[in-house]
Amino acid sequence: MSRRERLVRKILGTATLCAAALPLSILIFMLILARPLLSSFSVSDLLTGSWAPLQGRYGILPMMVASFLLASCSLAVSFPVSLGCAGLIFGLTPPMLAVPLRRLVQLMTGFPTVVYGFVGVFLLVPTVRHLFHAGSGRCLLSALVPLSLMITPTMTLFFSDAFAAVPRPILLAAAAAGADPVQRFVWVVIPSARRGLAAGLVLSFGRALGDTLIALMLAGNAAQVPSGFLESARTLTAHIALVIAADLQSLEFASIFLCGMVLYVLTSCAALCAWKMRAATRKNSR
Amino acid sequence: MAYRRGFLFICVLSCILAVTTGVHAGGYDAFKGLEGTLRISGGTAHIPVMKALAREVMTRYPAIRITIAGGGSGVGIKQVGEGLVDIGNSGRRPTDQEISAYGLRLHRWAVDGVAAVVHPENPVRSLTSRQVQDIFAGRVTNWKEVGGPDRAIHVFTRDEASGTRHVFWKKALGKGAIRKDADVVPSNGAMKTAVATDPAAIGYISVGYVDETVQALALDGVEPSLENVRSGRYPVARGLYSNTKGQPSALAQAFLDLLFAPEGRRIIASKGYIPADR
Repeated sequence: MSRRERLVRKILGTATLCAAALPLSILIFMLILARPLLSSFSVSDLLTGSWAPLQGRYGILPMMVASFLLASCSLAVSFPVSLGCAGLIFGLTPPMLAVPLRRLVQLMTGFPTVVYGFVGVFLLVPTVRHLFHAGSGRCLLSALVPLSLMITPTMTLFFSDAFAAVPRPILLAAAAAGADPVQRFVWVVIPSARRGLAAGLVLSFGRALGDTLIALMLAGNAAQVPSGFLESARTLTAHIALVIAADLQSLEFASIFLCGMVLYVLTSCAALCAWKMRAATRKNSR
Repeated sequence: MAYRRGFLFICVLSCILAVTTGVHAGGYDAFKGLEGTLRISGGTAHIPVMKALAREVMTRYPAIRITIAGGGSGVGIKQVGEGLVDIGNSGRRPTDQEISAYGLRLHRWAVDGVAAVVHPENPVRSLTSRQVQDIFAGRVTNWKEVGGPDRAIHVFTRDEASGTRHVFWKKALGKGAIRKDADVVPSNGAMKTAVATDPAAIGYISVGYVDETVQALALDGVEPSLENVRSGRYPVARGLYSNTKGQPSALAQAFLDLLFAPEGRRIIASKGYIPADR
């Protein structure tokens, strides 16, 4: 190895190390800032308790449940839609339709979430209120619809990239064996794009979990464990946005770092799952 | 994160109009020769006055830029304390701990009432303190129990760091409970939107925000009018504070002086607040 190569290697190694250290240091930073809270309450109390700061209760269970519920349900809603859209873009429909669809999806990924929030406040919330007689109409359902709409384009783009990466010879072989376009899509393209699908799912989950404005504007923000989709609920991100104004020294303020840690762990878990899944598929294909 | 909370109000007023030479009103003279940017953030109740004053100043002195952000009282105190803004507004008096930790100087320039508000279609115009407490605690859940239509009451409240919530909770609710399933909104503006779009809603906002889209309720028969807030007959009131960290800059000082000058007081009164003496 030449001297130059060694130098490049060193520089790249340092960069990698820094990149890896950064998320870790964020976790440590959050841990330190949450310490006032962690030293006066046990972690299990905080993770399973209710939120009533005036009575000295700083549990974040309601927010965790709401975040997880909202993110996974929006994933469940947008997964089939995205799969369908990506299929159409991939070639289940003539290019005359596929190309504009792809453009539309690309355009939609750039929509700021506050637009969805505003439309939701003035259109969706009154509709939900009238249709379901659901309190004020600010509830999980009202947040779920725009949130699903928001992550669908991202997921679709990921899926169509994954489909486009499927090697052509496989498709040709399938066509030669007599498979029509739909059969090829279902039995050849989707299985071979599994990795890309998993990556798209994880990233969309992260996006749904991390979005603040839609939930803050539409979900109602009551700090209670929601018992249904028509109940007001507060997500972890909305909780952070609401509590950030609290006194810097207060325990409420410390609790937002606990929320940050939970969000961090949840997204890491999702990424790990995807990684595991990828490793498993690789083993199978060997 | 603060910008997310105050997104409704983050309005960088960059409308720089033609220079009007030779016209100088009294309170605005102090800005003569000054330039630069004045950053203001915090309490959302202050924003109507801050915006109107900023427009006046920037029209007269184009070299001055004034940016106004929301965020709530807690954010205002925190940001001015950490030097992120020049003036931090709060709808409550900063705690003694905050004052000493940050070396804050308080400027209380107006008195503001906090009124319970409902949708204009709601026929209810007055509630007793007891009824308000029962509604917010969840003991009364239908408008018909307080003389309104047969409709479930939708309670809206603010987050725990809100100065508006603090004064309403202390002086109207008697530090009573607020029902757990009440919807929480992050600012005075968001509260007005929420109540204005929901015929069964009840919430509370700074009197300066009350307009024809929401109906302010009389409390124990006392209207939250300017006269009643000034005389103290309407009890749910608080001071509006603008805080600086130590000695304010020349620009911040000129702006604070303007709040106490006749021109400033006129604007404060026109926005529905009661100007206070220094």
